Amino acid sequence: MTPEVKARIESLLQENKIMVFMKGSKLMPQCGFSNNVVQILNTLGVPFETLDILADPEIRQGIKEYSNWPTIPQIYIDGEFVGGSDIAIELYQSGELQQMVEVAMAS
Amino acid sequence: MISPEQVQTIIQERLANAEVKVVGDGQHFEAIIVSPDFAGKNKVKQHQMVYGVLQDELASETIHALSLKTFTPEAWQATGQTA
Repeated sequence: MTPEVKARIESLLQENKIMVFMKGSKLMPQCGFSNNVVQILNTLGVPFETLDILADPEIRQGIKEYSNWPTIPQIYIDGEFVGGSDIAIELYQSGELQQMVEVAMAS
Repeated sequence: MISPEQVQTIIQERLANAEVKVVGDGQHFEAIIVSPDFAGKNKVKQHQMVYGVLQDELASETIHALSLKTFTPEAWQATGQTA
C-alpha cells in the first residue's frame, strides 16, 4: 500500500465516525455480505458513510492490508476496525453494536 | 470449484486443535470453527487466525464467500449446538 492510499484511508476514517468499505453503494449493494452490513446500520438508524471498493482498486487492496483482513465489507467505528459481515451480525444480535454506535455518536 | 469438504480439510489441517464444520455450495461457504486457541482473543483476532491459514485461497478467490463463526470450546458448549 502506498503512503497516498494509506493517507486516503486514514482521512476517510477520521472524517466518518462510521465508515463502511463495501461492494456497491448503500442503495445498491453488489454483494450479500455488504448488503447485510448496510441493512444492520440502517436498522440502527445511524449516519454512516460508504465507499464502493469495486470502483476504487487502490482502496480495495489497501484496506485489506490496513486491517489485515482479507475480505469486504469492513466496518470501522471511530477509526477502529470492527469486523466484517459475520461479526457485525453477531454484535448486532448481542446488542453490542448498538452500544458501540451510541458511544461513537456521543463522542 | 472447491467443495465444502475440501475447505473443511484445509482449515482442519492448518489450524491445529480446531474442530471444523463447513457447509456450502462451491461458491458460498459457512464454517463453524471451535478451538481452544481462540481463548482470550476477540472475534476479529479469531477470524484473522482463520483467514491467516486461507490467505492463498482467498487471494486467488478459490474461496470467494466464506462466512465464519468461531467459538472457544466453552462458548460452543454454551450455544447448546452439536457439530
